Amino acid sequence: MAFSPVKGGGRGGRTGFTRRAAVAAVGVAALLTATACGSSDDSSGGGSGSTKVEVFTWWADGGEKAGLDGLVKQFGTDCAGQTFENGAVAGGAGANAKSVLASRLQQNDPPDTFQAHAGAELQDYINAGQIEDLSADYDSWGLKQAFPQGLIDNLTVDGKIYSVPANIHRANVVWTNKKVLADAGITKDPTDMAGFIADLDKVKAKGIQAPLAVGKDWTQLMLFESVLITDLGADKFTGLWTGATDWNDAGVTKAINDFKTLLTYTNKDRDALDWTDAEKLVMDGKAAYQLMGDWEAADLDAKKFTDYAWFTFPGNGDTFQWLADSFVLPKGAKNAEGTKCWLKTVGSDAGQKAFNTTKGSIPARTDAKPADYPKYQQAAMADWKSFKQVPSCAHGSACSQGWQGAANSALGKFSTNQDVAELQKAMATAASEFVKK
Amino acid sequence: MRKLRHWGPGLLLLSPSLILLAVFVYGLIAWTTKVSVSDEHNALGSKGFVGLENYTKLFTNDINDRFTHSLKNLLIFTVVFLVGAMFFGLLWAFILERGIKAEGFFRTVYLFPMAVSFVASGVVWRWLMNPNKGESAGGLNSVLGGLGLDFLQNTWWTNPDWGMAAMAIPAIWQLSGYVMALFLAGFRGIPQELREAAAMDGASTYRLYRNVIFPQLTPVALSALIILGHMSMKMFDLIMSVSGPQWLTEVPAIYVWQTLLTSDYAKAAAISIILLLLVAVVIVPYLIYTNRQEKNA
Repeated sequence: MAFSPVKGGGRGGRTGFTRRAAVAAVGVAALLTATACGSSDDSSGGGSGSTKVEVFTWWADGGEKAGLDGLVKQFGTDCAGQTFENGAVAGGAGANAKSVLASRLQQNDPPDTFQAHAGAELQDYINAGQIEDLSADYDSWGLKQAFPQGLIDNLTVDGKIYSVPANIHRANVVWTNKKVLADAGITKDPTDMAGFIADLDKVKAKGIQAPLAVGKDWTQLMLFESVLITDLGADKFTGLWTGATDWNDAGVTKAINDFKTLLTYTNKDRDALDWTDAEKLVMDGKAAYQLMGDWEAADLDAKKFTDYAWFTFPGNGDTFQWLADSFVLPKGAKNAEGTKCWLKTVGSDAGQKAFNTTKGSIPARTDAKPADYPKYQQAAMADWKSFKQVPSCAHGSACSQGWQGAANSALGKFSTNQDVAELQKAMATAASEFVKK
Repeated sequence: MRKLRHWGPGLLLLSPSLILLAVFVYGLIAWTTKVSVSDEHNALGSKGFVGLENYTKLFTNDINDRFTHSLKNLLIFTVVFLVGAMFFGLLWAFILERGIKAEGFFRTVYLFPMAVSFVASGVVWRWLMNPNKGESAGGLNSVLGGLGLDFLQNTWWTNPDWGMAAMAIPAIWQLSGYVMALFLAGFRGIPQELREAAAMDGASTYRLYRNVIFPQLTPVALSALIILGHMSMKMFDLIMSVSGPQWLTEVPAIYVWQTLLTSDYAKAAAISIILLLLVAVVIVPYLIYTNRQEKNA
């Protein structure tokens, strides 16, 4: 085992400079230059008049990859003459892809289209003038009629729409373990906060210490947002993210206190868990409830756990908190025509069906046929049509990435000290820093 | 001309690495500094120069004092890590130096954790340091419970005040062996004559170590402290794999990453520069010190 010497004891070379060394030095320098040149010209394929559409996503495996494959197949039939080029960057729940994308956009080398959460998360790209307005295409493709008005409102920034959502997920859903609830004698879903807390007490009385399972910061943010919807109502909740509702509002204080009460029913190791760990608590019967997005249905099915049920977060009424993956048209895309055809496919009935039946989400279109989809999705599709749409900050449809980071951090701190006034102040400061920026 | 012949070839030989360093280290430090005094808070790019505003904001106007909290975390982590690794490293080196049997075997055993990456060991330690107690305990807590040592069960890194001390445990585990190796090399570097002379003077074993051996180890100890210290201050991968990025265990390096992901380049650059300065405060005096020592030698 070689130990590095503590002090560099290199003997100074006084032996003169030989010709051979000079040749070696020049050789090394030449080599370096050669490699530098060599690596610069292999990324510039394509060129103008390209028929390739490079689709940049972080869908590299699982149901997401299957969904993408379905979409690609549809693209092949709809857009003959164009070829799909997979630009997926795997890992980090999109974090890796986002950093690669940021540097490509900065170097003016955008992919033909890229995946982004619909809504406020696009704000940075819009501000930077990196993506094109698609409002006119929305009209020509008939998407304004196909998508519900609430979604169109949430997507519109200063009168313009910049992205085409490929799917819709719902965030404000509580997942339950039927057996645990039956043991506790709970037969009806709670419809308000008081009822929910009464049920949590019933489950706790059966010896389940932490009836409500949560994970680390962002899952707590999701729970907090649901409580906010209950205490403020859909419109005031949406206003929190647009600047119309003040975070110092008394309703927010009430929501934080309710959230604090709910945290007393949750697992103590919450900061150490991811959402799948919390999901396992429900599956193992160590918890009765978990608030999570509706990708949990697909995940529970994949894990062959059938004894689950779901209800809208108590007090949320007919509010549908949505989040969506969407595609955009970057400025300077090499093949804008091909990209538009891709976007048209993404928004089309056939495209949405090909993508969502495999990914476990629902189509953004209200004219999709429920019979094509599994059980949970059918219920969600019916709600999507008739409910009021509100965005989600934890998933980027309500707030920019910076705001999201600040909110996660504030919730992380609240998890450790439960200081109501401090959380409210932190959220208010974050809002003043990030709203409309 | 003569002069050029004297240092010219040397310079030529060094020039590739000099150029690479100039561009990729010092050039980028300069660029980061420039970004840190701009207002490049999103993908829009910079609109202008804002002086030290990004720096003062970090200390006075960060939401929930996030930055000072991350510095506090880093301080706890670094102190516990340095003390722990130095203690165990010195202890093991001392035991091995006393002439234990199968020294080679134990040396390898102690040093081996260093070969594991922080990411891999972090994932295991994440599980070992499961914060559940009692019935639902896992990892170390369930071992302690099984041994009837329930009172030792711990919330580990999820403790809001001292969690970072628990976070230092994997780092200590991993790098004590390295410190041991350094100290062992130090012990072996002390000439046998000194021990013999001390023995001739009738020094006890305690005296021998206290007055002869340990003073000779000071440079080794200093090197070990510097090496561990700068690693500790830039700690990122271990914490990312044990807790993931979150408030509880946030240190400046992770804050930089989180800020970069939200495209706040100016703020990320400012934190990076502060981190660089922190490490420089430790490294630069050491470099000056060793430089002087070498000149004197």
